Amino acid sequence: MNIEQFLLMRHELLLVITALILIVAEIFVADKTKIIPLGVGLFFVNLVIGFLPAQTGTLFGGMFHNTDMTIMMKNVLNIGTFIVILQSAAWLKKPENHDKLAEFIALLISTLVGMQFMISSGDFLMFYIGLETATIPVAALAAFERIRNRSAEAGVKLILSSALSSGVLLYGLSMIYGTTGSIYFDAVALAFTGTQLQTLAFIYFLAGMAFKISLVPFHLWAADVYEGAPINVTSYLSVVSKGAAVFILTILLFTVFSKIVAMWQNVLYTLAVLTMTVGNLFALRQKNIKRFLAFSSIAQAGFILLGMMGANELGSATVVYFVLIYIFSNLSAFGVATLISNNSGKENIDEYNGFYSTNPGLSLIMLLALFSLAGIPPVAGFFAKFFLFTAAASAGYYWLVFIAVINATISLFYYLLVVKAMFINKNDNPIAPITIDIYSKVGLILAAVGLVVTGLWSDVFEVIRGLSFGIN
Amino acid sequence: MDFSYSVLIPLIPLFAFLIIGLGGNKLKALASGLLGTTGLGVSFILSLYTAYQYFFVFGKSAEGVYQKIVAFDMVWLRFTETLHINMGVLLDPISVMMLVVVTTVSFMVHIYSMGYMKGEVGFERFFAFLSLFSFSMLGLVLATNIFQMYMFWELVGVSSFLLIGFYYQKPSAVAASKKAFIVTRFADLGFLIGILLYSYSTGTFDFGLLTNVDGELIRKGTEAGFLGLSMLTWSLILVFMGGAGKSAMFPLHIWLPDAMEGPTPVSALIHAATMVVAGVYLVARLFPVYALSSPDALEVVAYIGAFSSLFAAIIACTQFDIKRVLAFSTMSQIGYMMLALGVSGYGEHGIGYMASMFHLFTHAMFKALLFLAAGAIIHAVHTNDLREMGGLRKYMPITHITFFVALMAIAGIPPFSGFFSKDEILVAAFEHNKIIFFSSMLVAGLTAFYMSRLYFSIFWGKNTHYHHTPHETSPVMYIPLIFLALVTVFAGFIPFGELVTSDGKALHLHIHWNIAIPAVLVALTGIGVATALYMKESKTPDKVVASLGGVYKTILNKFYFDEIYMFVTKKIIFNLISKPIAWFDRHIVDGTMDGIGWVTTTSSEKMKNFQSGQLQQYAIVFISGVIALVLIFSYFSTN
Repeated sequence: MNIEQFLLMRHELLLVITALILIVAEIFVADKTKIIPLGVGLFFVNLVIGFLPAQTGTLFGGMFHNTDMTIMMKNVLNIGTFIVILQSAAWLKKPENHDKLAEFIALLISTLVGMQFMISSGDFLMFYIGLETATIPVAALAAFERIRNRSAEAGVKLILSSALSSGVLLYGLSMIYGTTGSIYFDAVALAFTGTQLQTLAFIYFLAGMAFKISLVPFHLWAADVYEGAPINVTSYLSVVSKGAAVFILTILLFTVFSKIVAMWQNVLYTLAVLTMTVGNLFALRQKNIKRFLAFSSIAQAGFILLGMMGANELGSATVVYFVLIYIFSNLSAFGVATLISNNSGKENIDEYNGFYSTNPGLSLIMLLALFSLAGIPPVAGFFAKFFLFTAAASAGYYWLVFIAVINATISLFYYLLVVKAMFINKNDNPIAPITIDIYSKVGLILAAVGLVVTGLWSDVFEVIRGLSFGIN
Repeated sequence: MDFSYSVLIPLIPLFAFLIIGLGGNKLKALASGLLGTTGLGVSFILSLYTAYQYFFVFGKSAEGVYQKIVAFDMVWLRFTETLHINMGVLLDPISVMMLVVVTTVSFMVHIYSMGYMKGEVGFERFFAFLSLFSFSMLGLVLATNIFQMYMFWELVGVSSFLLIGFYYQKPSAVAASKKAFIVTRFADLGFLIGILLYSYSTGTFDFGLLTNVDGELIRKGTEAGFLGLSMLTWSLILVFMGGAGKSAMFPLHIWLPDAMEGPTPVSALIHAATMVVAGVYLVARLFPVYALSSPDALEVVAYIGAFSSLFAAIIACTQFDIKRVLAFSTMSQIGYMMLALGVSGYGEHGIGYMASMFHLFTHAMFKALLFLAAGAIIHAVHTNDLREMGGLRKYMPITHITFFVALMAIAGIPPFSGFFSKDEILVAAFEHNKIIFFSSMLVAGLTAFYMSRLYFSIFWGKNTHYHHTPHETSPVMYIPLIFLALVTVFAGFIPFGELVTSDGKALHLHIHWNIAIPAVLVALTGIGVATALYMKESKTPDKVVASLGGVYKTILNKFYFDEIYMFVTKKIIFNLISKPIAWFDRHIVDGTMDGIGWVTTTSSEKMKNFQSGQLQQYAIVFISGVIALVLIFSYFSTN
C-alpha cells in the first residue's frame, strides 16, 4: 500500500493528527486557554482541506471506501463540529474547565473520527468500530462536568443504554453474518433476500440505529442525557451525532438492504409517525430551552425518515440537504441559547421575554433559526422540509406526508411560542445585553450565513443532488 | 449582441432601496431623495439605450422579425428536470416598451416628488418605497417565466400597499391600502391557481416555450375539459382574474378609487402608468396562447374590458374629487386596452394587440401627466374638491397648458398621441365586434366630456376666492410636466405598428378616416357639451342633475358597488360562512385542541412514568419496542 492510497483516508487521518497534537500540546502549554485558538485553527485547516478535490476508492480489501457522497457527508459533519467547537470556547475558558480543555476538543474530534470511519465503512466490522468510537467519547463528554450530579448521571446513562443498544445491534449483525456468510456490504447485499430470520436480524440492527437517531420508542435515554449534559455537548449530540447516524443508515438502507426495501419502508413508516407525534408532544410542554430544542430535534428526526423512504436519488439528496440545513438551524438556536445560559444562567423560555428589546441581533438570529426549524418559507428549513415531503410523495406516501404536515403545523406552534416570548411578551427586567466573544460570534455568523446561503443559493442542493444515489 | 447589461435596469433601484431602506436614518432626507432619483435616472438612460439597441440595431432577425432575447438567466429553484424556477431578463418588443414606460414615468415621478414631498415626515421612507416599487415593476416586466412574474407581481402589490398607506396616521389611508391589498390578493389567488393548472398541464413556466407558436405546448391542455371549457381556457381565465384585479377591471375595480388616498405622485406612478397596466401586460405576454388556443378566454377579456370601460366612464362624469375622476378615467382607459386585446387576432390580424400596446404607451404618458398636474393643483389650493376650484388658469399657466395637452390627448383630438392609439383600437373593435365598437365610441364621447368638465371646472368656471393666492409650482415639479407634455404631443408619430406586434413582424398602418372622423366628431361633441355647461358659471349643470334624479345619484355612488361588496362580505360571507367557521373553530377546533392539551397533560403524567429516569425501565421500553417491531414485521407480515 502506498502513500496515495492513504490519502483516501485523509479526513480521518488529519483529525487523528489534530487530536494528538492537542493532547501533546496540553503538556507543554502553560496557559491552557491558548489551546482554544490552536484547536480552532487546526480544525479550520481540516475543514478547508476536506473540501479540496479528493480521490475515491477502497482500502483494506473493501473495509473502507470513499465516494463523492461520503466525502460530502464528512464535510457536512466537519462544518457542524467546527461550529460546536467555536460555540464551546467561551464555556471552556471558564477557570474550572481549564485543565480539561484540550481533552474536550480531543474527545469531540475522536467521536468525529469514529463517525467518519462509520460513514466510509465497507463492512460491518468497520461500521461497528466506527459506531463505538463515535459513542464512547460522547459519554465522557456528557459527564464532562463530573462534579455536577446531573452531568455525571447523563454520562452513565448514555454509556449503559448505548451498551444495551449495541448489544441488540450486534445480535442482529451476527444473524446477518450467519445467514449470508459475509460481513462485507457488497456480499451481504447480494445474499440478503429477506427471509424471516433476516427480517429479525434487520430489525435488531435498525433498533440499534434508531437508538442513535433517538427515534421513538428508542429515544428515552435522550431526555435525561440531553438535559444533564453541558449545553454544548447536547447540541453536538442532537445535531452532529444524529446527522452521522442518519447518513450511515441511509447508505446502508439504500445499498445493503435494498432487496427488502418494501419491508423497511413499512418499518420506517411506523417509526416516522411515532417519532414525529411523540416528539412533538414532548416538545410542546417543555419550559426549559435546552430540553425544548432537544425534544424538537427528536421530532425533526421523524421528518428525516420521510426522505429515506423515498428510496431514490431524490431521497438521499434530500436527507443530506436536510441534515446540512438542520445543522445550521439547530446550531444557530443552540448558539444563542448557549450565550444566554453562559451569560445570565437563564434557561427557561419565560425568562426570554423581552429579549428583543435588549439583544435585537441575537433575537433575529434565533428567529431565523426557529423559522427554519419550523419550515416557514422562505427560510432554508422550508425548502429542506418541502424536499423531504416531495421525496416521500414521489414514493406514494401521501398519508404519511399528510401526517407530517400536521406535525409540522404543531411544531410551528411551539417554535412560535419562543419567538413570541422574545419579540412580543413584555418584561420589566429582560436579559441584559450580552457581550459576545469572538469565537461565538464567528460560530453564530457561520451558522446564520450558512442557513441563508443553503436556502437561497440553489447550487448547494444541485451539488448534493449530483452526488446522490438511489436503489437501482 | 450582448444585452446582459439590461439586468442592471431593475437592480439599480433595488440597490437604491437597500441603501435608503437600511441606511435611511443616517442619510439626510435630501440625500436619499437624490440617491433614489439618480438611480432611476441611470435606469432610465439604460432603458432608452436598450430600446434603441433592440428596436433599431440588433433586435431583428435576418427576416426582419423581432426576436425574443433572453439577456440573462439563472436557475433559482429546480423541482424536476423540466420544471424549475428561473430568474432572468427577457427582451422582446413589449418588455422593452414597458421598460421605457416604467423608467420614464418613474424617473419623472421621482423628480416631481423631490418637490411634492418636500418637508414631509418620512421623506426617505417614501423614496425607499418608490425604489422598491420600481424594482418590482421592472422585474415583473422583464420576467422570463410566469413564476418570476408572479413573485414580482406580489412584490408590486406589497410596495403599492406600502405607498397607498404612506400616510399611516390617516385612518382612511390605512383602510384604502388594506382594501387594495385584499382585493388584489383575492384576484391573485385566481392567478396562482391559473399558473399551477397551466404549468401542470404544460410542465414548464417558461414564457419562451409557452408562447412558442410552432411548439407543441401551445395547444396542450386543450383536450381535458371541465364544465364545457377546456382546462387551458379555465387556467387562462383564472390568470386573467389576477390581471383584472391589478388592472382594476370590473368587478374587481373597487380598490382603485380608494387608493387615491396615497400621495399623488404615487397615484401617477402606480395607479396610472405602471402597476395598473400589469394586467394588460400579462394578457399581452401570454397573447399567443390566448389567441391561438383559447378564443373563449379572449372573448371574456374583450367583454370585461368593454364593460369596465363604459362603466367607469359613466361614473367619472359625476365625481367631484379630481383624483377620483382620474382614477375612474384610468379604469376606463385600461378597459380600452383590454378590449383591444380581446378583439385582436394573431399575426396579420393583430391590429388590436398593437393598438392596445400603443394605447398603453400613450396613456401612461398623458395619464401620469394628468395626475402630476392634479398634484400640482392640489398642492396649490389644498383641496381635492372640484367645487372649490375655478379660474386657476391665471395663477398656474404651465400647469394649465400641460393639462390642456393631456386633455386633448385623452379626448383623442389629432394630432395628439391619444388620437392615434385610440383610432387603432376603434378600428380593431370595428372589424371584430360591432357592439363593442359602439360602446367604445360612446366611451370616447364620455371621456371627452368628463375630462373637459374637469378641465373647465379647475381652470375656468367661477372665480373662486382662495385664502392663499395659488401660485405656479417650483421648477422641480413643472419640469416633469413639461417633459411628459412633449412626449404626449409627439408620441403619436412613433411608428408603433412596425415595432410592437404580436408576432414581431411589421404591420403597416394608416389612419382609417371612416372611423377616425366620426370618433373625432363624437369627442368634439363631448367637449362642446362640457364647454357649454362648465366654462362659465351657470345653473344648467344642476338642472341636468335634477332632471336625472335617481339615476344620477346611483352613478354618483358608483352604482353602489362598495355597498354591494360590503353587503356581500359583511352580511353574507361573515354571517353565513365566517360565523359558522368561527363557531366551528371555537367549539370544535379549540375543543379538540383543548382536548389535545388535556390529553397532553395527562399523557405527560403518564410519560413521566416512562421518563422516570430509571434506566431499567428505559431498557424495558427499548426491548418492548424491538419485540413489537419484530412481531409486526417479521411474524405477522410473512404469514
